Amino acid sequence: MNALPPRPGQALPVGTPIVIRKQPPEVHCRTPFYLRGVKGEIAEVRGRFRDPSLLAFHKPGLPMRVLYRVRFKQKDVWPEYKGGPHDTVVADIFEHWIDPIAGVTKA
Amino acid sequence: MTKSHGQHHHDHAHDHDHDHDHAHPHSPPAPDDDDGYDRYEVLLQTAIRELLDEKGIISADELHRQIDYQDSLTPAIGGKIVAKAWVDPEFKRKLLADPLETINASFELDITTPLDLVVLENTPTVHNVVVCTLCSCYPRMLLGIPPAWYKSIDYRSRVVIEPRKVLAEFGTHLPDEVEVRVSDSTADLRFLVLPYRPAGTEGLSEAELAALVTRDSMIGTSLPLTAHSALKSAS
Repeated sequence: MNALPPRPGQALPVGTPIVIRKQPPEVHCRTPFYLRGVKGEIAEVRGRFRDPSLLAFHKPGLPMRVLYRVRFKQKDVWPEYKGGPHDTVVADIFEHWIDPIAGVTKA
Repeated sequence: MTKSHGQHHHDHAHDHDHDHDHAHPHSPPAPDDDDGYDRYEVLLQTAIRELLDEKGIISADELHRQIDYQDSLTPAIGGKIVAKAWVDPEFKRKLLADPLETINASFELDITTPLDLVVLENTPTVHNVVVCTLCSCYPRMLLGIPPAWYKSIDYRSRVVIEPRKVLAEFGTHLPDEVEVRVSDSTADLRFLVLPYRPAGTEGLSEAELAALVTRDSMIGTSLPLTAHSALKSAS
């Protein structure tokens, strides 16, 4: 695998409340559209990867980006969600699409 | 439309109403191309394949060997992995911590991949199901080619919006208290669901357990077969 550990202080700790940025998508964007602006929390830190939105165009994919698994409550993704009360979506999201929600500092 | 293509010959199944002046004759679609219909994507794929062959980058022979290799990967290995995790707690611990290395070491495989394989463990309170809403990410290095429905727009959009309805269409009904956790695979991670061991399978051997593990149970749309249903389908 190509992942490297995050640099000290680079990664948001597991459990950090976050919101997915509402920013224009890259051409080869790996952030699903339905999650833009949705609040969730960091579920897992997977390490630093080369940025696939750049690799797709034969660029080196630098800087490497921290990849997280981010957990969202279904009710926060789809307000009209009618499944179970504990149902979630967990998506792989790169750091440049994530804002911590105020008051939380990096570990 | 004038049939003035000269020696240029079209192998497509139906006529076109456009001019087509370039001198390069297309080869017929390869036998593996779906139906060979002239969708833009199929034509693009054919053009790239021909160019790679002509320029000596990837020969038709190499391409077909890779297709054969991909086809040789089947969910059967996944079943062995799951069954071993059900009977061997130490293997399960290693599998969850370091999936690919553990699988290679335990099953004498040599799977290499730039991707990061992740095993998602089902429990009595969490049921995992995997999708790639953006494209069709799938643990091919382990399970081979994904089923056609996995790549369909229907599955990819609906399983994140109404997962329980989609699961019900696969015959999978889960209590409301269970967390249905949809993992949306977007780039560098590939997911294998480790299904929860069915009740009533205590007396079964590892090989018998492996036979209960269906491909869909490792995607998370289905549960493993029960010992009872396995006997019924075998008879």
